[in-house]
Amino acid sequence: MTIRHGLLALLTQGPRYGYQLRAEFEASTGATWPLNIGQVYTTLSRMERDGLVAPGEQDEQGRVVYSITDKGRADLERWFATPVRQADRPRDELVIKLAMAMTAPGVDVARVVQAQRSATMRTLQELTRAKRGAGVAQRLVLDSMIFQAEAEQRWLAHCEAVLAASPKEGA
Amino acid sequence: MTSRDPDPDASADVVARLVEVTRQHGDGAGAVRALKGVSLDVAAGELVAVMGPSGSGKSTLLNLAGGLDRTTSGEVEVEGVALSGLSAADLAALRRRRVGYVFQDLNLIPSLTAAENVMLPRELDGVRTARARQEALAALEELGAADLADRFPEEMSGGQRQRVAIARALVGERRLLLADEPTGAVDTLVGDEILGILRGRADAGAAVLVVTHEPRYAAWADRVVFLKDGEIADAAEAGLVSAR
Repeated sequence: MTIRHGLLALLTQGPRYGYQLRAEFEASTGATWPLNIGQVYTTLSRMERDGLVAPGEQDEQGRVVYSITDKGRADLERWFATPVRQADRPRDELVIKLAMAMTAPGVDVARVVQAQRSATMRTLQELTRAKRGAGVAQRLVLDSMIFQAEAEQRWLAHCEAVLAASPKEGA
Repeated sequence: MTSRDPDPDASADVVARLVEVTRQHGDGAGAVRALKGVSLDVAAGELVAVMGPSGSGKSTLLNLAGGLDRTTSGEVEVEGVALSGLSAADLAALRRRRVGYVFQDLNLIPSLTAAENVMLPRELDGVRTARARQEALAALEELGAADLADRFPEEMSGGQRQRVAIARALVGERRLLLADEPTGAVDTLVGDEILGILRGRADAGAAVLVVTHEPRYAAWADRVVFLKDGEIADAAEAGLVSAR
Protein backbone atom coordinates (compact mmCIF):
# COMPACT_ATOMS: atom_id res chain seq x y z
CA MET A 1 0.00 0.00 0.00
CA THR A 2 1.40 3.33 -0.93
CA ILE A 3 0.79 5.76 1.89
CA ARG A 4 2.36 8.50 -0.19
CA HIS A 5 -0.34 8.48 -2.83
CA GLY A 6 -3.08 8.17 -0.24
CA LEU A 7 -1.84 11.33 1.46
CA LEU A 8 -1.44 13.16 -1.86
CA ALA A 9 -5.02 12.28 -2.76
CA LEU A 10 -6.28 13.70 0.52
CA LEU A 11 -4.27 16.89 -0.03
CA THR A 12 -6.10 17.57 -3.31
CA GLN A 13 -9.06 18.57 -1.13
CA GLY A 14 -6.95 21.39 0.39
CA PRO A 15 -4.04 21.89 2.79
CA ARG A 16 -4.01 19.63 5.83
CA TYR A 17 -2.12 19.10 9.08
CA GLY A 18 -0.40 15.76 9.60
CA TYR A 19 -2.87 14.64 12.27
CA GLN A 20 -5.78 15.52 9.97
CA LEU A 21 -4.28 13.42 7.18
CA ARG A 22 -3.97 10.46 9.49
CA ALA A 23 -7.60 10.69 10.62
CA GLU A 24 -8.93 11.16 7.09
CA PHE A 25 -6.82 8.34 5.72
CA GLU A 26 -8.23 5.94 8.28
CA ALA A 27 -11.78 7.19 7.78
CA SER A 28 -11.73 6.73 4.03
CA THR A 29 -10.19 3.27 4.16
CA GLY A 30 -12.55 2.11 6.89
CA ALA A 31 -9.61 1.79 9.31
CA THR A 32 -8.33 -1.08 7.18
CA TRP A 33 -4.85 0.37 7.17
CA PRO A 34 -4.18 1.97 10.53
CA LEU A 35 -1.39 4.53 10.27
CA ASN A 36 0.69 5.85 13.11
CA ILE A 37 1.44 9.53 13.17
CA GLY A 38 5.18 8.82 12.78
CA GLN A 39 4.54 7.17 9.39
CA VAL A 40 2.59 10.23 8.31
CA TYR A 41 5.34 12.70 9.21
CA THR A 42 8.11 10.54 7.75
CA THR A 43 6.16 10.28 4.51
CA LEU A 44 5.42 14.02 4.47
CA SER A 45 9.08 14.97 4.95
CA ARG A 46 10.14 12.58 2.18
CA MET A 47 7.53 14.06 -0.11
CA GLU A 48 8.70 17.56 0.82
CA ARG A 49 12.25 16.55 -0.12
CA ASP A 50 10.97 15.25 -3.48
CA GLY A 51 8.98 18.42 -4.10
CA LEU A 52 5.55 16.71 -4.04
CA VAL A 53 4.23 18.72 -1.08
CA ALA A 54 5.08 22.13 0.35
CA PRO A 55 4.90 23.09 4.02
CA GLY A 56 3.21 26.32 5.09
CA GLU A 57 4.00 28.57 8.01
CA GLN A 58 4.20 27.11 11.50
CA ASP A 59 1.27 28.10 13.68
CA GLU A 60 1.70 29.14 17.33
CA GLN A 61 1.51 25.48 18.42
CA GLY A 62 4.34 24.58 16.06
CA ARG A 63 2.06 22.72 13.63
CA VAL A 64 2.62 22.87 9.90
CA VAL A 65 0.01 22.73 7.18
CA TYR A 66 1.01 20.84 4.03
CA SER A 67 -0.27 21.43 0.51
CA ILE A 68 0.18 19.50 -2.70
CA THR A 69 2.48 20.90 -5.43
CA ASP A 70 2.05 20.65 -9.22
CA LYS A 71 4.64 17.90 -9.21
CA GLY A 72 2.64 16.14 -6.54
CA ARG A 73 -0.53 16.38 -8.63
CA ALA A 74 1.27 14.92 -11.66
CA ASP A 75 2.59 12.06 -9.53
CA LEU A 76 -0.91 11.38 -8.20
CA GLU A 77 -2.46 11.43 -11.69
CA ARG A 78 0.10 8.88 -12.82
CA TRP A 79 -0.79 6.69 -9.83
CA PHE A 80 -4.50 6.77 -10.59
CA ALA A 81 -3.80 5.99 -14.25
CA THR A 82 -1.60 2.96 -13.52
CA PRO A 83 -3.31 -0.36 -12.77
CA VAL A 84 -2.07 -2.23 -9.71
CA ARG A 85 -0.15 -5.36 -10.55
CA GLN A 86 -1.28 -8.69 -9.19
CA ALA A 87 1.36 -10.63 -7.27
CA ASP A 88 3.72 -8.89 -4.88
CA ARG A 89 1.41 -10.53 -2.40
CA PRO A 90 3.24 -12.08 0.49
CA ARG A 91 3.36 -15.84 0.36
CA ASP A 92 0.03 -17.18 1.43
CA GLU A 93 0.35 -19.11 4.70
CA LEU A 94 -2.93 -20.95 4.15
CA VAL A 95 -1.83 -22.38 0.81
CA ILE A 96 1.43 -23.56 2.33
CA LYS A 97 -0.40 -25.00 5.33
CA LEU A 98 -2.73 -27.04 3.11
CA ALA A 99 0.08 -28.28 0.89
CA MET A 100 1.96 -29.36 4.00
CA ALA A 101 -1.14 -30.97 5.51
CA MET A 102 -1.43 -33.05 2.35
CA THR A 103 2.14 -34.31 2.61
CA ALA A 104 2.62 -34.66 6.35
CA PRO A 105 1.43 -38.01 7.72
CA GLY A 106 -1.31 -38.11 10.34
CA VAL A 107 -2.90 -34.75 9.49
CA ASP A 108 -6.66 -34.65 8.89
CA VAL A 109 -6.73 -32.36 5.86
CA ALA A 110 -10.52 -32.22 5.72
CA ARG A 111 -10.54 -30.92 9.26
CA VAL A 112 -7.94 -28.26 8.44
CA VAL A 113 -10.07 -27.16 5.48
CA GLN A 114 -13.29 -27.06 7.51
CA ALA A 115 -11.70 -25.13 10.37
CA GLN A 116 -10.49 -22.55 7.88
CA ARG A 117 -13.89 -22.36 6.18
CA SER A 118 -15.56 -21.58 9.50
CA ALA A 119 -12.93 -19.00 10.42
CA THR A 120 -13.12 -17.28 7.04
CA MET A 121 -16.92 -17.31 7.28
CA ARG A 122 -16.75 -15.55 10.63
CA THR A 123 -14.50 -12.92 9.06
CA LEU A 124 -17.03 -12.55 6.24
CA GLN A 125 -19.83 -12.15 8.79
CA GLU A 126 -17.90 -9.42 10.57
CA LEU A 127 -17.11 -7.59 7.36
CA THR A 128 -20.75 -7.79 6.30
CA ARG A 129 -21.86 -6.46 9.65
CA ALA A 130 -19.39 -3.58 9.42
CA LYS A 131 -20.80 -2.72 6.01
CA ARG A 132 -24.21 -1.84 7.42
CA GLY A 133 -24.28 1.88 7.96
CA ALA A 134 -20.86 2.46 6.38
CA GLY A 135 -20.27 5.33 3.96
CA VAL A 136 -19.71 4.63 0.27
CA ALA A 137 -15.89 4.78 0.37
CA GLN A 138 -15.73 2.54 3.41
CA ARG A 139 -18.23 0.19 1.84
CA LEU A 140 -16.11 -0.24 -1.25
CA VAL A 141 -13.07 -1.02 0.89
CA LEU A 142 -15.06 -3.57 2.89
CA ASP A 143 -16.50 -5.00 -0.34
CA SER A 144 -12.98 -5.59 -1.60
CA MET A 145 -12.17 -7.58 1.53
CA ILE A 146 -15.48 -9.42 1.24
CA PHE A 147 -14.72 -10.47 -2.33
CA GLN A 148 -11.28 -11.70 -1.23
CA ALA A 149 -12.70 -13.69 1.68
CA GLU A 150 -15.34 -15.05 -0.68
CA ALA A 151 -12.66 -16.18 -3.13
CA GLU A 152 -10.93 -18.01 -0.29
CA GLN A 153 -14.24 -19.68 0.65
CA ARG A 154 -14.73 -20.83 -2.91
CA TRP A 155 -11.23 -22.16 -3.10
CA LEU A 156 -11.70 -24.05 0.20
CA ALA A 157 -14.99 -25.54 -1.04
CA HIS A 158 -13.12 -26.60 -4.16
CA CYS A 159 -10.35 -28.17 -2.02
CA GLU A 160 -13.02 -30.08 -0.13
CA ALA A 161 -14.50 -31.46 -3.35
CA VAL A 162 -11.07 -32.41 -4.71
CA LEU A 163 -10.14 -34.11 -1.44
CA ALA A 164 -13.42 -36.03 -1.36
CA ALA A 165 -12.78 -37.30 -4.89
CA SER A 166 -9.11 -38.17 -4.33
CA PRO A 167 -8.24 -38.75 -0.68
CA LYS A 168 -4.78 -38.13 0.66
CA GLU A 169 -2.25 -40.70 -0.49
CA GLY A 170 -1.38 -43.27 2.14
CA ALA A 171 -4.34 -42.24 4.29
CA MET B 1 -32.18 -1.95 14.85
CA THR B 2 -29.86 -4.91 15.37
CA SER B 3 -29.39 -6.18 18.87
CA ARG B 4 -25.87 -7.48 19.17
CA ASP B 5 -26.61 -9.31 22.38
CA PRO B 6 -29.88 -11.15 21.94
CA ASP B 7 -31.72 -11.02 25.24
CA PRO B 8 -32.17 -14.43 26.86
CA ASP B 9 -35.95 -14.39 26.49
CA ALA B 10 -35.76 -13.74 22.76
CA SER B 11 -33.17 -16.46 22.21
CA ALA B 12 -35.46 -18.94 23.97
CA ASP B 13 -38.24 -18.07 21.52
CA VAL B 14 -37.56 -20.89 19.08
CA VAL B 15 -39.77 -20.67 15.99
CA ALA B 16 -38.44 -23.67 14.08
CA ARG B 17 -36.82 -26.67 15.73
CA LEU B 18 -35.35 -29.75 14.08
CA VAL B 19 -34.46 -32.63 16.39
CA GLU B 20 -32.33 -35.49 15.07
CA VAL B 21 -34.03 -35.29 11.72
CA THR B 22 -33.35 -37.90 9.08
CA ARG B 23 -34.84 -38.11 5.60
CA GLN B 24 -34.45 -41.17 3.48
CA HIS B 25 -35.52 -41.50 -0.13
CA GLY B 26 -36.34 -45.03 -1.27
CA ASP B 27 -35.83 -48.35 0.54
CA GLY B 28 -33.35 -51.20 0.81
CA ALA B 29 -30.11 -51.17 -1.11
CA GLY B 30 -31.13 -48.23 -3.27
CA ALA B 31 -32.03 -46.02 -0.29
CA VAL B 32 -30.48 -42.58 -0.19
CA ARG B 33 -30.23 -40.77 3.12
CA ALA B 34 -30.51 -37.07 2.32
CA LEU B 35 -30.30 -36.04 5.98
CA LYS B 36 -28.64 -38.04 8.74
CA GLY B 37 -29.70 -36.78 12.14
CA VAL B 38 -29.70 -33.00 11.89
CA SER B 39 -30.63 -30.84 14.88
CA LEU B 40 -31.12 -27.11 14.45
CA ASP B 41 -33.03 -24.30 16.18
CA VAL B 42 -34.01 -21.03 14.55
CA ALA B 43 -35.19 -18.42 17.05
CA ALA B 44 -37.25 -15.31 16.54
CA GLY B 45 -34.95 -12.47 15.49
CA GLU B 46 -32.39 -14.86 14.11
CA LEU B 47 -31.07 -15.28 10.57
CA VAL B 48 -29.51 -18.69 9.99
CA ALA B 49 -27.82 -19.66 6.73
CA VAL B 50 -27.28 -23.20 5.53
CA MET B 51 -24.37 -23.74 3.17
CA GLY B 52 -23.19 -26.83 1.41
CA PRO B 53 -22.44 -28.33 -1.98
CA SER B 54 -25.30 -29.55 -4.15
CA GLY B 55 -26.58 -32.86 -2.86
CA SER B 56 -25.60 -32.03 0.73
CA GLY B 57 -29.23 -31.94 1.83
CA LYS B 58 -29.74 -28.14 2.01
CA SER B 59 -33.07 -27.98 0.24
CA THR B 60 -34.32 -31.13 1.96
CA LEU B 61 -33.61 -29.46 5.29
CA LEU B 62 -35.53 -26.34 4.28
CA ASN B 63 -38.50 -28.32 2.98
CA LEU B 64 -38.68 -30.32 6.20
CA ALA B 65 -38.46 -27.18 8.34
CA GLY B 66 -41.46 -25.73 6.53
CA GLY B 67 -43.55 -28.90 6.46
CA LEU B 68 -43.30 -29.28 2.68
CA ASP B 69 -41.80 -32.72 3.23
CA ARG B 70 -42.04 -35.29 6.04
CA THR B 71 -39.15 -36.66 8.10
CA THR B 72 -38.21 -40.34 8.05
CA SER B 73 -37.33 -40.06 11.75
CA GLY B 74 -36.81 -37.25 14.21
CA GLU B 75 -39.12 -34.30 14.78
CA VAL B 76 -39.77 -30.86 13.33
CA GLU B 77 -41.58 -28.26 15.42
CA VAL B 78 -42.92 -24.94 14.16
CA GLU B 79 -43.86 -22.53 16.95
CA GLY B 80 -44.06 -25.44 19.37
CA VAL B 81 -46.28 -27.62 17.16
CA ALA B 82 -44.82 -31.03 16.29
CA LEU B 83 -45.41 -31.60 12.58
CA SER B 84 -45.26 -35.41 12.68
CA GLY B 85 -48.58 -35.57 14.55
CA LEU B 86 -50.50 -33.43 12.08
CA SER B 87 -52.89 -34.67 9.43
CA ALA B 88 -52.24 -33.57 5.86
CA ALA B 89 -54.97 -30.93 6.15
CA ASP B 90 -53.65 -29.55 9.44
CA LEU B 91 -50.12 -29.48 8.03
CA ALA B 92 -51.33 -27.55 5.00
CA ALA B 93 -53.11 -25.08 7.25
CA LEU B 94 -50.01 -24.61 9.39
CA ARG B 95 -47.90 -24.03 6.27
CA ARG B 96 -50.28 -21.36 5.05
CA ARG B 97 -50.58 -19.56 8.37
CA ARG B 98 -47.16 -19.88 9.93
CA VAL B 99 -44.58 -20.34 7.19
CA GLY B 100 -43.49 -18.08 4.37
CA TYR B 101 -41.39 -19.24 1.44
CA VAL B 102 -39.18 -17.35 -0.96
CA PHE B 103 -37.84 -19.27 -3.92
CA GLN B 104 -35.25 -18.39 -6.51
CA ASP B 105 -37.84 -17.96 -9.25
CA LEU B 106 -40.15 -15.96 -6.93
CA ASN B 107 -43.33 -17.32 -8.51
CA LEU B 108 -45.03 -13.94 -8.65
CA ILE B 109 -48.13 -14.17 -10.81
CA PRO B 110 -47.55 -11.95 -13.86
CA SER B 111 -51.19 -10.96 -14.35
CA LEU B 112 -51.57 -9.70 -10.77
CA THR B 113 -50.24 -6.46 -9.28
CA ALA B 114 -47.81 -6.50 -6.38
CA ALA B 115 -50.63 -5.92 -3.88
CA GLU B 116 -52.75 -8.68 -5.43
CA ASN B 117 -49.81 -11.09 -5.33
CA VAL B 118 -49.27 -10.37 -1.65
CA MET B 119 -53.01 -10.68 -0.89
CA LEU B 120 -53.25 -14.09 -2.51
CA PRO B 121 -52.17 -16.35 0.38
CA ARG B 122 -54.51 -14.49 2.76
CA GLU B 123 -57.46 -14.80 0.41
CA LEU B 124 -56.71 -18.50 0.00
CA ASP B 125 -56.85 -18.61 3.76
CA GLY B 126 -60.39 -17.24 3.73
CA VAL B 127 -59.59 -13.65 4.74
CA ARG B 128 -61.97 -11.13 3.15
CA THR B 129 -60.65 -9.11 0.24
CA ALA B 130 -60.71 -5.70 1.93
CA ARG B 131 -58.80 -6.96 4.93
CA ALA B 132 -56.38 -8.99 2.78
CA ARG B 133 -55.63 -5.84 0.79
CA GLN B 134 -55.06 -3.87 3.97
CA GLU B 135 -52.63 -6.51 5.24
CA ALA B 136 -50.88 -6.67 1.89
CA LEU B 137 -50.35 -2.92 1.81
CA ALA B 138 -49.03 -3.02 5.37
CA ALA B 139 -46.59 -5.81 4.45
CA LEU B 140 -45.40 -3.90 1.37
CA GLU B 141 -45.05 -0.73 3.41
CA GLU B 142 -42.91 -2.54 5.97
CA LEU B 143 -40.53 -3.56 3.21
CA GLY B 144 -40.35 -0.07 1.78
CA ALA B 145 -42.32 -1.18 -1.27
CA ALA B 146 -45.61 0.68 -0.76
CA ASP B 147 -45.15 2.52 -4.06
CA LEU B 148 -45.02 -0.80 -5.94
CA ALA B 149 -48.53 -1.87 -4.88
CA ASP B 150 -50.21 -1.31 -8.24
CA ARG B 151 -47.36 -2.38 -10.46
CA PHE B 152 -47.19 -5.67 -12.31
CA PRO B 153 -44.13 -7.92 -11.89
CA GLU B 154 -42.79 -7.10 -15.35
CA GLU B 155 -42.75 -3.41 -14.40
CA MET B 156 -40.36 -4.02 -11.52
CA SER B 157 -36.61 -4.57 -11.14
CA GLY B 158 -35.23 -7.83 -9.76
CA GLY B 159 -34.74 -6.33 -6.30
CA GLN B 160 -38.27 -4.88 -6.28
CA ARG B 161 -39.80 -8.22 -7.29
CA GLN B 162 -37.87 -9.84 -4.49
CA ARG B 163 -39.27 -7.34 -1.99
CA VAL B 164 -42.78 -8.20 -3.13
CA ALA B 165 -42.06 -11.93 -2.86
CA ILE B 166 -40.80 -11.45 0.69
CA ALA B 167 -43.85 -9.34 1.58
CA ARG B 168 -46.03 -12.16 0.28
CA ALA B 169 -44.07 -14.67 2.34
CA LEU B 170 -44.59 -12.68 5.53
CA VAL B 171 -48.09 -11.28 5.12
CA GLY B 172 -50.41 -12.10 8.01
CA GLU B 173 -48.90 -13.43 11.20
CA ARG B 174 -46.21 -15.66 9.81
CA ARG B 175 -42.95 -15.50 11.72
CA LEU B 176 -40.98 -18.23 9.94
CA LEU B 177 -39.41 -17.25 6.66
CA LEU B 178 -37.69 -19.90 4.55
CA ALA B 179 -35.64 -18.85 1.55
CA ASP B 180 -34.11 -21.28 -0.96
CA GLU B 181 -31.31 -19.62 -2.94
CA PRO B 182 -33.23 -16.32 -2.93
CA THR B 183 -30.52 -14.49 -4.84
CA GLY B 184 -30.63 -16.74 -7.89
CA ALA B 185 -28.54 -15.24 -10.65
CA VAL B 186 -28.82 -11.56 -9.70
CA ASP B 187 -25.70 -9.40 -9.55
CA THR B 188 -24.01 -8.89 -6.20
CA LEU B 189 -25.52 -5.45 -5.56
CA VAL B 190 -29.08 -6.77 -5.86
CA GLY B 191 -28.09 -9.93 -3.99
CA ASP B 192 -26.78 -7.86 -1.09
CA GLU B 193 -30.01 -5.86 -1.15
CA ILE B 194 -32.08 -9.05 -0.93
CA LEU B 195 -30.07 -10.33 2.01
CA GLY B 196 -30.35 -6.88 3.58
CA ILE B 197 -34.14 -7.22 3.41
CA LEU B 198 -34.08 -10.70 4.96
CA ARG B 199 -31.71 -9.38 7.64
CA GLY B 200 -34.17 -6.57 8.32
CA ARG B 201 -37.03 -9.07 8.72
CA ALA B 202 -34.97 -11.04 11.24
CA ASP B 203 -34.09 -7.86 13.12
CA ALA B 204 -37.83 -7.08 13.20
CA GLY B 205 -38.49 -10.41 14.93
CA ALA B 206 -38.93 -13.05 12.22
CA ALA B 207 -37.03 -16.34 12.25
CA VAL B 208 -35.28 -16.62 8.90
CA LEU B 209 -33.64 -19.72 7.43
CA VAL B 210 -31.75 -19.21 4.17
CA VAL B 211 -30.19 -21.84 1.97
CA THR B 212 -27.40 -20.53 -0.22
CA HIS B 213 -24.21 -21.76 -1.83
CA GLU B 214 -22.76 -18.25 -1.91
CA PRO B 215 -20.50 -17.37 1.03
CA ARG B 216 -21.05 -13.63 0.60
CA TYR B 217 -24.77 -14.00 1.21
CA ALA B 218 -24.41 -16.54 4.01
CA ALA B 219 -22.27 -13.93 5.75
CA TRP B 220 -25.38 -11.86 6.53
CA ALA B 221 -26.50 -14.55 8.96
CA ASP B 222 -26.06 -14.72 12.72
CA ARG B 223 -25.14 -18.35 12.29
CA VAL B 224 -23.86 -20.25 9.29
CA VAL B 225 -24.35 -24.01 9.26
CA PHE B 226 -22.19 -26.11 6.92
CA LEU B 227 -23.99 -29.17 5.67
CA LYS B 228 -21.98 -32.04 4.26
CA ASP B 229 -23.38 -35.39 3.13
CA GLY B 230 -26.57 -34.82 5.10
CA GLU B 231 -24.83 -33.89 8.33
CA ILE B 232 -23.86 -30.62 9.99
CA ALA B 233 -20.10 -30.41 9.56
CA ASP B 234 -19.55 -27.15 11.43
CA ALA B 235 -21.15 -23.84 12.30
CA ALA B 236 -19.79 -20.31 12.28
CA GLU B 237 -21.36 -17.90 14.71
CA ALA B 238 -20.99 -14.16 14.29
CA GLY B 239 -19.54 -12.27 17.21
CA LEU B 240 -17.57 -15.12 18.74
CA VAL B 241 -14.28 -14.17 17.18
CA SER B 242 -14.03 -10.66 18.55
CA ALA B 243 -11.90 -12.07 21.35
CA ARG B 244 -9.18 -13.20 18.96
